[in-house]
Amino acid sequence: MNQNILTTHVETSSDTGIRTEEMLLNVGPQHPSTHGVFRLVVKIDGETIKEAIPVMGYLHRGTEKLAENLTYTQIIPYTDRMDYVSGMTNNYVLCHAVETMMGLEIPERAQFLRLIAMELNRVASHLVWWGTFLLDLGAMGPFLYAFRDREKILDLFNELCGARMTFNYMRIGGVKWDAPPGWIEKTKEFVQYMKKELDSYHQLVTGNEIFLSRIEGIGKFDEKTALDYSLSGVMLRSTGVNWDLRKNEPYCIYDRFEFDVPTGTGGDCTTRYHLRMAEVVQSLRILEQALEQFPSEGEVLGKVPRVIRPPAGEAYVRIESPRGEIGCYISSTGKDKPWRLKFRRPSFTNLQILPKLLEGQSISNMIAILGSIDIVLGEVDC
Amino acid sequence: MELDLTSIAPELQEELDRNVMFTTLETVKGWVRSNSLWPLTFGLACCAIEMMGAGGARYDLDRFGVIFRASPRQSDVMIVAGTVTKKMAPLLRRLYDQMPEPKWVIAMGSCATAGGPYVKSYSVVKGVDQIVPVDVYIPGCPPNPAALIYGINKLQEKIRYEAKTGKQVTSR
Amino acid sequence: MTEENRKPTPEEKAKAAAEAMAKARAAKEAKEAAAQAEASTPATESAPASKPVSEMTPEEKAAAKKAAAAEALAKAKAAKEAAEQGEEAGSDADAKAKAAAAAKAKAAAAAAAKAKAAREAAGQGGDEGGDDAKAKAAAAAKAKAAAAAAAKAKAAQASGEAGGEEETPKAPSKNQPYLDKYVARLTEAFGADVLEASYINELSKEVPTLVIQNERWHDVATFLKNDEQLAFDYLSDLHGVDYEDRLEVYYHFYSYKNQQSVAVKVKTGREQASVASVMDLWQGANWNERETFDLLGIHFPGHSDLRRILLPDDWVGYPLRKDYVQYDEEV
Repeated sequence: MNQNILTTHVETSSDTGIRTEEMLLNVGPQHPSTHGVFRLVVKIDGETIKEAIPVMGYLHRGTEKLAENLTYTQIIPYTDRMDYVSGMTNNYVLCHAVETMMGLEIPERAQFLRLIAMELNRVASHLVWWGTFLLDLGAMGPFLYAFRDREKILDLFNELCGARMTFNYMRIGGVKWDAPPGWIEKTKEFVQYMKKELDSYHQLVTGNEIFLSRIEGIGKFDEKTALDYSLSGVMLRSTGVNWDLRKNEPYCIYDRFEFDVPTGTGGDCTTRYHLRMAEVVQSLRILEQALEQFPSEGEVLGKVPRVIRPPAGEAYVRIESPRGEIGCYISSTGKDKPWRLKFRRPSFTNLQILPKLLEGQSISNMIAILGSIDIVLGEVDC
Repeated sequence: MELDLTSIAPELQEELDRNVMFTTLETVKGWVRSNSLWPLTFGLACCAIEMMGAGGARYDLDRFGVIFRASPRQSDVMIVAGTVTKKMAPLLRRLYDQMPEPKWVIAMGSCATAGGPYVKSYSVVKGVDQIVPVDVYIPGCPPNPAALIYGINKLQEKIRYEAKTGKQVTSR
Repeated sequence: MTEENRKPTPEEKAKAAAEAMAKARAAKEAKEAAAQAEASTPATESAPASKPVSEMTPEEKAAAKKAAAAEALAKAKAAKEAAEQGEEAGSDADAKAKAAAAAKAKAAAAAAAKAKAAREAAGQGGDEGGDDAKAKAAAAAKAKAAAAAAAKAKAAQASGEAGGEEETPKAPSKNQPYLDKYVARLTEAFGADVLEASYINELSKEVPTLVIQNERWHDVATFLKNDEQLAFDYLSDLHGVDYEDRLEVYYHFYSYKNQQSVAVKVKTGREQASVASVMDLWQGANWNERETFDLLGIHFPGHSDLRRILLPDDWVGYPLRKDYVQYDEEV
């Protein structure tokens, strides 16, 4: 396997005559801190990384090829399993692509349900990120807190669509299940609860000196690099670019709600940490407004033809997932199965900057930097 | 001092009943191994998140003695959670070989059991039992953490049964 | 004139008169517009009719609208049968019919004033086309078609353009000026033949799409990025598509400066598929090109490290191709 990159640099120190060699260390693919099966081959000199070569594909399941033999509704469960931590946004990007091509109108209640589901999923995803990021840094406690609160969200989802993680909830033209009676009230309670919990999270972690000194100033990059490397999401916003597809290219009914887009200027891990925590606050804000304005009745699935055949042509749409910009490209020949389906995955694209960020860092910083990029391997490999 | 086992005072008998038991060494081995199964963290895909959830605060796995270990040299059981691709398969085998005996394998989720929804894909191994011998299969996509706990309990039962009777269990 | 005011019952008569007036007006406009019709690609009678909307005075516009409303009622059946393509068009026709019915109620009252204005204008000597009777007779057939098409266009615009996917006149896309600008800049810099095609992709939120010649792609890409007017600094997506006779690479760029997207397609053959790499311009293209190479076999000369990324290195074949055969069937 790729022997050409695995050559190490050997040098002989001139004054003492000791032959030193770079060490080739394999981080992963089975590793507690790589967020999945991701392999990072690092050439280190002592503790400093000279070069890092990411190797991925250990979870490449061929979703795009499989999709060429499935109808659009049948592809929806596969989208869940790509970015498995935030399945609702994946569902939505596929449905949105098909609906854009067909020019379908989505009923009001379905739009609200979709938005509420996506924002709840954003909170859940950021909780997973928070828990695992801190677990990587060595803190066991936040992981348990994060998962305890995430379980509450998963209970809500369980009531709504029957599944905790791979929801398969959205359909072309709307959503599949309506909110059961009492669900909106429970979600409202959860939003209030979560707001208070965030304060206790900040108390636990954010002021912690060890934590701050560990993530201060590492993984830094500037705006030009971010645009050059096609970064998106929090990675881009941490350099000062105020760009959020929910605000700049609104989809669903995001343009009806007031929310801010947290933007930072540091470009390093601390900024990204604070941005993600601020994003949770904003998501809760959107949720509050959406739950207030939730229509009391309405259809949840619009008028959709029995067999979904988008017109021949192609379309590319992109939305904001918790990890960044997720895009879906469909090339259709007018049949009920796509000719080509491609997902532009944010984790895949955001990960490209990793070798650049790791030059000169120590191994412990490597874990922190990788955690702050927030990747999900199902999405990297698709 | 005479040890008269034929006539023991009733209080002493009671105490003995409560605190002394007779068993075989094999059963003890089974009991010990089953109650401190240390899995190798082998979360591959979505099932990994449910495994993490099972280890979390609500479906606590620690009460079963299950602590996740990162190194294969220190683990008893390998919970294969997620899809095994052809690129990952040799590494999976290598990790299995690195685990010391006695070792078991739990295939969690339908991808690990038989390929799952990706069974027709070009790059997926259709079931991890093509590579390693599996003891317990947990179906689901993903299985609930409660289902994972049930599977671990089944493995515990299997370990105790095999230890007690010395028979290999292939299907139960 | 006043006689229509005194006869409220023969509404049809007044309506017919108003219709005729409006038809005459529409015929006149159709003639006008036909003379001025630009070379816009949908060169049907309908497209020019939509142009003069801006040129018409409010009165004439309202007259045409009323004619359209009255017309739409009669055309509701035609619209309904054309709505087989999608139920949303059916509801559109319902909406059109409803709007028509609502407008009809006002038609009688408004028609009086309009007929008066038409009479006056005709009585002034007529701008072009003579008086009403002549216009009616001579342009009856043409006016009917033009009015029908104009009715559809107006009704589509009136009901908020909820679809227009039938062979009806489409109002020019809001991104058409951008497409024209890109085409103009590129032809200015490279000559017209570098663009194999350019169109607005209506299905994809009306993004301007350009198809660039394979040989000049790298130069064009440099221009797209560095030109101050185009300034496409962000590469959103890069992937390949396998059409049976060719392979294509699809790029989606975004310009933060102008807040506009553009899609670019570059074609290449199946045998020696190669597209110039844009990794030196947008670093984000790096892994995307590797993935396209991995799954589709398109080479990107100029890429610094083109090797497989998602599949194992010893994999044979390119899975996403339509003629892919699994090389290790027994596994």
